[in-house]
Amino acid sequence: MFHIYCPHCAEYREEEEFHAKGQAHIPRPLDPEACSDKEWGEYLFFRKNPRGLHHELWVHAAGCRKFFNMTRDTQTYEIKEVYKIGEQPSVVAE
Amino acid sequence: MTQQNRLTSGGRIDRSKPLTFTYNGKQYKGYQGDTLASAMLANGINVVGRSFKYSRPRGIVGCGAEEPNAVLQLGATEATQVPNVRATQQELFNGLVSASTNGWPSVETDLMSVMGKVGGSMMPPGFYYKTFMFPQSLWDTYETIIRKAAGLGRSPLENDPDSYENINQHCDVLIVGAGPAGLAAALTAARGGARVIIADEQNEFGGSLLNGKETLDGKPASEWINAVVEELSTYEDVLLLPRSTVNGYHDHNFVTIHQRCTDHLADIAPVNQVRQRMHRVRAKWVVLATGAHERPLVYGNNDVPGCMVSSAVSAYINRYSVVPGNELVVMTTNDYGYQAALDWADAGRKVVAIVDTREAATGDRTEAARKRGLNIISGSAVIEVQGSKRVSSVSVAAISASGSKVIGSVTKLKADTVASSGGWSPVIHLSCHTGSRPVWNDEIVGFLPGQTVQKQLTAGGINGQYETAVALKEGFDAGQKALAEVGLAAAEVVLPKAETQKLAAPMSLFHIPHLKPTSQAPKQFVDYQTDVTAAGIELACREGFESIEHVKRYTAMGFGTDQGKLGNINGMAVAAKALNKSIPETGTTIFRPNYTPITFGAIAGRNCGELFDPKRYTAMHKWHVEHGAKFEDVGQWKRPWYFPKTGESMQQALNRECLAVRNAVGILDASTLGKIDIQGKDAREFLGRVYTNAWAKLGVGKCRYGLMCGEDGMVFDDGVTACLGENHFVMTTTTGGAARVYEWLEIYHQTEWPELEVYFNTVTDHWSTATITGPNSRKLLAELTDADVSNENFSYMDWKQITVAGVPARVFRISFTGELSFEINVQANYGMHVWEKLHEAGAKYGLTPYGTETMHILRAEKGFIIAGQDTDGSVHPYDLGMGWCVSNQKPFSYIGKRGMNRVDCTRDNRKQLVGLKTKDPKQVIPEGAQAVLDPKAPIPMPMEGHVTSSYWSENLGHSIAMGFIKGGLDKMGETVYYPLANGTVIEAEICSPIFFDPKGERQNV
Repeated sequence: MFHIYCPHCAEYREEEEFHAKGQAHIPRPLDPEACSDKEWGEYLFFRKNPRGLHHELWVHAAGCRKFFNMTRDTQTYEIKEVYKIGEQPSVVAE
Repeated sequence: MTQQNRLTSGGRIDRSKPLTFTYNGKQYKGYQGDTLASAMLANGINVVGRSFKYSRPRGIVGCGAEEPNAVLQLGATEATQVPNVRATQQELFNGLVSASTNGWPSVETDLMSVMGKVGGSMMPPGFYYKTFMFPQSLWDTYETIIRKAAGLGRSPLENDPDSYENINQHCDVLIVGAGPAGLAAALTAARGGARVIIADEQNEFGGSLLNGKETLDGKPASEWINAVVEELSTYEDVLLLPRSTVNGYHDHNFVTIHQRCTDHLADIAPVNQVRQRMHRVRAKWVVLATGAHERPLVYGNNDVPGCMVSSAVSAYINRYSVVPGNELVVMTTNDYGYQAALDWADAGRKVVAIVDTREAATGDRTEAARKRGLNIISGSAVIEVQGSKRVSSVSVAAISASGSKVIGSVTKLKADTVASSGGWSPVIHLSCHTGSRPVWNDEIVGFLPGQTVQKQLTAGGINGQYETAVALKEGFDAGQKALAEVGLAAAEVVLPKAETQKLAAPMSLFHIPHLKPTSQAPKQFVDYQTDVTAAGIELACREGFESIEHVKRYTAMGFGTDQGKLGNINGMAVAAKALNKSIPETGTTIFRPNYTPITFGAIAGRNCGELFDPKRYTAMHKWHVEHGAKFEDVGQWKRPWYFPKTGESMQQALNRECLAVRNAVGILDASTLGKIDIQGKDAREFLGRVYTNAWAKLGVGKCRYGLMCGEDGMVFDDGVTACLGENHFVMTTTTGGAARVYEWLEIYHQTEWPELEVYFNTVTDHWSTATITGPNSRKLLAELTDADVSNENFSYMDWKQITVAGVPARVFRISFTGELSFEINVQANYGMHVWEKLHEAGAKYGLTPYGTETMHILRAEKGFIIAGQDTDGSVHPYDLGMGWCVSNQKPFSYIGKRGMNRVDCTRDNRKQLVGLKTKDPKQVIPEGAQAVLDPKAPIPMPMEGHVTSSYWSENLGHSIAMGFIKGGLDKMGETVYYPLANGTVIEAEICSPIFFDPKGERQNV
């Protein structure tokens, strides 16, 4: 079970308080109507499934209810960093 | 009964406290301090079970968690039955009742063993798959019989009377194991001021020191143990957990400990005590001081009772004062094996021979044995033993220097006990739990913990360091390292001086050769619990299984409740030899949690029965109970389902409730609907983005129904939102969808549109909602308020802040029944008051309480959907015939707009929601029934859709249904068929889903 640092609460909390919400940094297209079906389908359905570093969106569901991003190693389960929405990761895959 | 194998003095048992226990119906005696296993051995019990596959008699092999055979059923009553308890870890208490788990009719005379004896060679690995494969149709029959023959323990048929609990813990250092290494680490960390937890699976601390006669500082080791434990007990921040097995090492140093609080006291926990506790520990650092298990050797008939692991023999003699036999033969590949012979001789019983597989051994223990005049046979091995329920003799022969073949003639020696030692296997299980792969080490002939990302340290036996002096030093070092890591200063600890022994190199030997090839030699067991033999593993390799993971699954090696603690490495060695590879090349299987089996009670803790899941009750729940409501679960809510009167069937109650609403007035507790308060200057804009319809012009005091879609254009929730003020709205959601919708709003606000100034708060529990609906509802409301509730002043889709029954109320004139309706929302604390006042005033109007089922029928009469029942994530608003609820005028591309314009969403022949009228008006189509166009078509018939809602309508006098039909909106008046599982077919006509008051006049009066 993960031990997660919530960047909003500024504290470590147990994973039970959080929900994973899938891959981070998938912005909604600013003009959806201009997207082809293929582009919209990619936005909607296609996600990475990397072995190694992954940027994920999490929510402190049973805590402050705030969303934040996490960079996590899917192989070792190490959490490399957490950062707020709108910020960019400092740890990235090579 | 006498304890014929009990010594008259010594050991850690208390002879002044005799205990009585039962095994297989017979009474025996033991002492306080015994394990069930040591007491059984004291009483000369040889057979403790029958083997899993061949039903061979089996005896006790080990003395702790590694024991594969002595796996017993415990419990004096049906409710207290516990299966698969290792007798070696169960402390004896007065009145303990135990039974063997295998064997029919009994372990002593077992009929199944005929199959094992006669059919032994006929039951290779994969026997069941190979034999019972054909005909496939009979597999279910075979399986039932096979399962019966192969079972281990059984679960109780009555509820467990004991209570269990979970407890969350935090510490700087968690130390696993309280042997010399663990105690040294704990003492160091504690003196340094760290928060320490030290857990050990045994009843007392000391680990391996408890099993031998070692001295520390020239005094019995127990004196040092006692002093350390005493000092540790004085620290406020040190938690000592004996009888506590660390069973799982999870990510981020999360560790689960299974503490057996009262298992050693009685069959049922004493009053007000929990039986077991699960500690869920988050440790900054973990020190694994788990020690090592001795490996038995693999030789012919090595499962005959009397064949034991040599260190276990020493433990029984030194700790429990039990000599488990009379005439001992030791077989060893290393110096440690000699210890059993030395202890045996000290106990005054006969050591027949020490058979050392090495050509010449020169270590201190060998010399000690030589000086004692014990018979040492070098360069030889016990190639097989004779006997059935107890060893009667052993066959010894010289073997080649590599241990690959027998080179000398066979000598038979009379003996009843064989203690074998193939060296030690570090207990690396926990270090593997988080995915770290162990590494083979040739020097110690075993696997060591591999690299890890956890904040983990190791000390002592787990590192292949089996000498007490080294273990103490490593424990001390680990303690200091942990102190430094958590930012504390180094501690001063003077370690006691341990005895040192000169050691000769061990021989790397696992599988003892026989005169005959393995396949023809007497069975050489690798994994006792799952009856896997060396021949079986060789056969698996010959049949093409090359990966050790596949060999494991094919033979079932390591699949027992002991996870192959004794057998796995021997099995890998046999496989490696068969595959002509080294052990590291063959690889290892990975140990997974839990280290030993854990009870469901400890996992569940208090989260069972009433406390399993929270239940949510509305403010009027008590009234519903008092008025005989039947309830249904909606999410966690308990909602009244219907209110039967005495003698009424469910359908009769529903008919009465439905008629009352249409002809008089009904009342529904709608408090459970999700309510979200939305405020901010951009609240209106936000609503426009998450709903499919328009919100720009909704005025203060007005309500509007909205549909919510995902980005894929599919409907996922709906509800009415009211405009409370220019920048203030309250949204209602479905009862089950409240949490999801709330998170949906938050995720879009926080991640996509943070520039919008809008705030959300869930207020579901703040309000109680009484919905009164029916032609008499206005008259009823008027009695409880001074406000003008006439149609002119309070029209359909308005809401008003008024006083009802003396209480401030938000009243919404919205309708889910199609009747004149008022939803009266009051602060939750007033809910019951208003509810009762409505009933007082409503009696004369025929006010009738109704539940969710009548609500469903009435809304279906009107063709109103229920999100989640008539939608399933694959239907968009147009599929539901609700295009009227989709705006194409909104400037912002709201959620769902782009999605519902994908090619697949606009194609012809999509499944569309329609009404269904059965040809026979009395027939109600089952929900879920599949529609076909031709009921005589060959199976599988092309399916046209399915029924989502279906009821008997007493108001209409016929059944009504809603369902999906391909292209259904263009097929009005056409006929579809619903073939049912019972062979009958229901014929129905496609129609509008609005069965009642199609113009919607009744709600507008």
